[in-house]
Amino acid sequence: MDTAIKFIAFDQLNSALDRISEQLDVWVPVASKDQKRVIQFAPYRPGMTLVLDHQTTLGPKQVVLPQVEALFRFDYRKSADEPSRQKVQLEDPHPPAPTLIFGARPCDVKGFLVLDQVFSAGPFVDGIYAARREQTLFATMVCGQQDSACFCSSVGSGPTDRTGSDLWITPIAAGYVVEALSDRAHPVMAWLQEAATELHVAAAGKVQEEAARQQVGNLAVDQCQQHFLQRFADTNYWQEVAGQCLSCGICTFVCPTCYCFSITDEMKDKHGERIRSWDSCMFFTYTLEASGHNPRPSRLERYRNRVGHKFSYFPEKYQGLIACCGCGRCIRNCPVSIDIRKAVQNLQGQNHACS
Amino acid sequence: MHAHNPYRPDLASIREVVQETANIKTLRVVFEDESVMHNFSFRPGQVAQLSVFGVGESTFVINSPPTRREYLQFSVMRVGEVTQRIHQLNAGDQVGVRAPLGNGFDYENMQGKDILFIGGGIGMAPLRTLLLFMLDKREDYGDIMVIYGARTPHDLCYQYEFDQWQKANVNLVLTVDNEFPGWKERVGFVPTVLSEESPSPHNRVAIVCGPPIMIKFVLFGLKEQGFEDSQIITTLERRMKCGVGICGRCNIGAKYVCVDGPVFSRQQLSEMVNEL
Repeated sequence: MDTAIKFIAFDQLNSALDRISEQLDVWVPVASKDQKRVIQFAPYRPGMTLVLDHQTTLGPKQVVLPQVEALFRFDYRKSADEPSRQKVQLEDPHPPAPTLIFGARPCDVKGFLVLDQVFSAGPFVDGIYAARREQTLFATMVCGQQDSACFCSSVGSGPTDRTGSDLWITPIAAGYVVEALSDRAHPVMAWLQEAATELHVAAAGKVQEEAARQQVGNLAVDQCQQHFLQRFADTNYWQEVAGQCLSCGICTFVCPTCYCFSITDEMKDKHGERIRSWDSCMFFTYTLEASGHNPRPSRLERYRNRVGHKFSYFPEKYQGLIACCGCGRCIRNCPVSIDIRKAVQNLQGQNHACS
Repeated sequence: MHAHNPYRPDLASIREVVQETANIKTLRVVFEDESVMHNFSFRPGQVAQLSVFGVGESTFVINSPPTRREYLQFSVMRVGEVTQRIHQLNAGDQVGVRAPLGNGFDYENMQGKDILFIGGGIGMAPLRTLLLFMLDKREDYGDIMVIYGARTPHDLCYQYEFDQWQKANVNLVLTVDNEFPGWKERVGFVPTVLSEESPSPHNRVAIVCGPPIMIKFVLFGLKEQGFEDSQIITTLERRMKCGVGICGRCNIGAKYVCVDGPVFSRQQLSEMVNEL
């Protein structure tokens, strides 16, 4: 077992990842090919240029909960007993491969801690998610690049929150200092060749201290659960908060804690899959029933549900856990500048949303 | 249900299809795996996800009672893509079934009480499950009254067993929206017939299912008759996908209709956010 603290010099990053990716599937943050400003996680390939000095546009949610995946496959085959009939055979998806997410931020990992409740806490367990989660390691980087949309400290996380991570990466002037946080990290540590020196460790300590001093965001979430319910029927409030919403769904798409999905069948010839794909509670059709009835027919009800789900319904269901990681992606990406912090901050009292 | 993959259905084959009305068919299905059929247990009011592979899945109440185990029955109204395809199926065809899902009726709390079923259209489907369950344990329950309405006499389901219900001492009150040639029963909307019958709320439970507009006025009528919120039970519908409390679609506030419902008392509904 190799528990020493390791060091990866900047010019050794790719060769280190080359070695790790011989053993594991590795996902890393890179610039999107056609949209250089869009940073997202992709499977590592030798020679890739990682973007580690910036929060990704899209978090690593898709690594554990892919945007589209088969829940099972089905085949129509001729029946041996009755040759005139086709019988269906079902097949579960393949078991997942061991995977490392390299370079995520504490907010990204916090997102998975929220998803874990939904998929793994029961009463029913999503074995497909649970198996992939079980096989996924997180090499998380201390966060030193917050912007005005970040508010992780307000929702129980922070730039140095190690909860849920397996390895901890601290960038220093010469490279990256890597510590093991869980037993599962030890094989990966063993594949890193260079031990950190005392100077490296001291420099990393300084970076940690500096990051830990940051109080990111000042959103007060005490009793937001009750305050939301008191505001529920205040149509004027929700009109002010979400009147300009376009129902575009980008907030849910980029959100590390949004997980709502649809289930549909895809079939070609005699072979098909029942697939799960990301959906959005912001869409009109999300709750539209075959009868034409829609319990959340307008954008106000849908935005209210999103705020309620994260700051009231979820904590009610899961021991006070807020379903928000404070990453700020919904704020940064909203085309009409809706700020969920404003919607939550003003729930209390009789104030208007924009005061 | 498959413990490792709650989305994977059990295969079942259709034993019989009954044409109930012009747009409602009843499917009687059995699991292909005999051990699944043998070990299957559920509560009246629990639901299933019924699927046609390659088309999709929809939610239906298990329409036969747990006391009659030779097949599982589903009444399906043709409204959308999946139900359109289900209506084309015949005996011997295969379907997928994920069940049982949801909470079911709290029948233990109804024992020793008089029962009032109020159903409209396809809303009779979940009521029929509980009604037959009670008829199979008739001595556990007091008077049973059924008020069942539909647009026309041709839109009433389960007509072939009305005789049996009545023989089991069920006070069956049938109504249709308008006069119809040959129709000798009541004429008028369900809420109107309810107020004409004015059943006493004393020691009685009312179980209501039907179109939203009917439910709305029936709840109003029951209140007028003196029924307390805790004496009124209804079953809700929501668009569902996973059926196991994960995919997020069917929530009303913090409750999921697929696991916390579909059966709720009016008392419970009054404590939830108003988003019906």
